[in-house]
Amino acid sequence: MEKLSLNQRAAILSVVMLFVGLLAWEAAIPAQKAVKELTEYELLTGAGQPKAGVPPPSQVLAKAWEQLSNPFYDAGPNDKGIGIQIGYSIYRVLTGYFLAAFIAIPFGFLIGMSQVAYKSFNPFIQVLRPISPLAWMPLALFIIGDSEASAIFVIFICSIWPMLINTAFGVAAVREDWVNVARTHELGPIKTAFAVILPAAAPTIVTGMRISIGIAWLVIVAAEMLVGGTGIGYYVWNEWNNLDLTSVVFSILMIGVVGMLLDALFGLLQRRVTYAE
Amino acid sequence: MKPYLSIEKLTQKFPDGNGGELTVFENASFGVDKGEFVVILGHSGCGKSTIMNILAGLADPTSGGVIMDGQEVKGPSLDRGVVFQNYSLLPWLTTLKNVMFGVKARHPEWTKSQVEEHATKFLAMVGLEGDVIHRKPSQLSGGMRQRVSIARAFANHPKLLLLDEPFGALDALTRGTIQDELLKIWGQMEQTVFMITHDIDEAILLADRILLMTNGPHARVAESVDITIPRPRNRTEIIEHPNYYAIRNHLVQFLGKRSKELAGQPTQAGQTNAPATVRIDLTEPAEDPEDKRPALKAVNS
Ligand SMILES: Nc1ncnc2c1ncn2[C@@H]1O[C@H](COP(=O)(O)OP(=O)(O)OP(=O)(O)O)[C@@H](O)[C@H]1O
Ligand SMILES: [Mg+2]
Repeated sequence: MEKLSLNQRAAILSVVMLFVGLLAWEAAIPAQKAVKELTEYELLTGAGQPKAGVPPPSQVLAKAWEQLSNPFYDAGPNDKGIGIQIGYSIYRVLTGYFLAAFIAIPFGFLIGMSQVAYKSFNPFIQVLRPISPLAWMPLALFIIGDSEASAIFVIFICSIWPMLINTAFGVAAVREDWVNVARTHELGPIKTAFAVILPAAAPTIVTGMRISIGIAWLVIVAAEMLVGGTGIGYYVWNEWNNLDLTSVVFSILMIGVVGMLLDALFGLLQRRVTYAE
Repeated sequence: MKPYLSIEKLTQKFPDGNGGELTVFENASFGVDKGEFVVILGHSGCGKSTIMNILAGLADPTSGGVIMDGQEVKGPSLDRGVVFQNYSLLPWLTTLKNVMFGVKARHPEWTKSQVEEHATKFLAMVGLEGDVIHRKPSQLSGGMRQRVSIARAFANHPKLLLLDEPFGALDALTRGTIQDELLKIWGQMEQTVFMITHDIDEAILLADRILLMTNGPHARVAESVDITIPRPRNRTEIIEHPNYYAIRNHLVQFLGKRSKELAGQPTQAGQTNAPATVRIDLTEPAEDPEDKRPALKAVNS
């Protein structure tokens, strides 16, 4: 037999683990139900109904098939397809995120260029950064009023810090040798910024962008549970209120998948700008 | 009349890390003529790179100044091309793009294909051709990187070429080829070259004049040794020249012994430390005390 590559072996192991995990999960559910069916009281209160129990993977798969075969249906405010809900969430995340990027990257650039600016802004950044973005929610709702805009603001505020800090740090850490190359070639400040400092700091900046998008996706679920209306976070909450745990599990999986795709996108960008010294 | 490049009472002090001051060199003064090839020799840490950074306009001295062609050197300029000791290539650009970076800065009016053609030509000149020029610096050997850095500087035809140990990482064979190229370019253009090296034989082969520095701190440019060997020089033939070993012995003597003896003497304020001229010529012992350099240059051009 030919030797399999590292990646092939890892892939096989992943698939095996997936199947073992799903089988164990599937096997665990009926046992649970059997125990529950024994108590008459639970039967009477409806707790033994399959809807309220943790669903087996087969049910989740059926749900996924049903949802994903028609992801964009819209049957009123409390019944929208998973695609629409995720679309709302992605729209909010990207809006808040790019607003943050448009401010954080140029501003971080300027801070990184000047040691005085770097040091004088640092205390403010250090205090504002650890604040949970959801803590801003009441203030945002009060000042902005609109719940939609408040959710976007929360995304904005949580994604700005990693980008700001990484950009400033990356720019400040650009090797002086490379700046000297620009200087001996009489490049002006704008050209130096774009031809030398930006590519030199790009890996650090993109790392910050990647951290930010991860945090933004984490935060949007919680934010939407709070503001309600639309979005994947609201969807999870709504299905929990309907006691439809199959939909809850399904949407949890979808949150993971979308998060992974967003991260992979920035991973691609990161690979493009990374250089070896 | 002032020489083309005039270094005037240059003093450089750095904080020594213990709250005190480290005087690297003090009141160093010397001149370099237009078209001259000057090599500076000295032990590690005596301040050669520091002087070069000041000549390049990248660093300001603590006091003193540099005047080139009647104008004070205030910042970096395309007229002063630098080959840095650590190559300083931009790691995110390919070899070719690194050289094109320089050419574009020099000739902003050129089209992309003109820039590329020019860059390719100079890369070929230092022996980099084919696939190699599309690789990133991290995928090159140390010697190859050094050659890219040399190509980048040469391609811009600066009036003053500042070379900080440009051949340090090269094997003997490549080193020889590029030394020859350097001499060829220098012979064709009206370039002035200021070069740092640790290699005595390389210095004798290339230089019109060798400046000798004493050890630091308080280093001085103590001597200026004329290389009285006619051009064109050839590395196998110059050793036959009667002056070769005399000059070489003098240099070895200086670096081995006198650089230490002369070191560490703080100078009085206002005193200029101009190097003493040393001229060793065994071919014409008695007659002709005149400086022979112009005649020797004529052989080359
Ligand atoms: N930015 C700096 N701050 C403090 N000290 C410095 C600085 N730059 C150089 N020095 C000191 O100045 C002295 C001269 O350094 P320089 O790099 O010019 O030496 P060099 O002659 O080029 O040596 P080498 O042959 O090893 O390259 C050294 O003692 C070094 O420690
Ligand atoms: Mg040096």
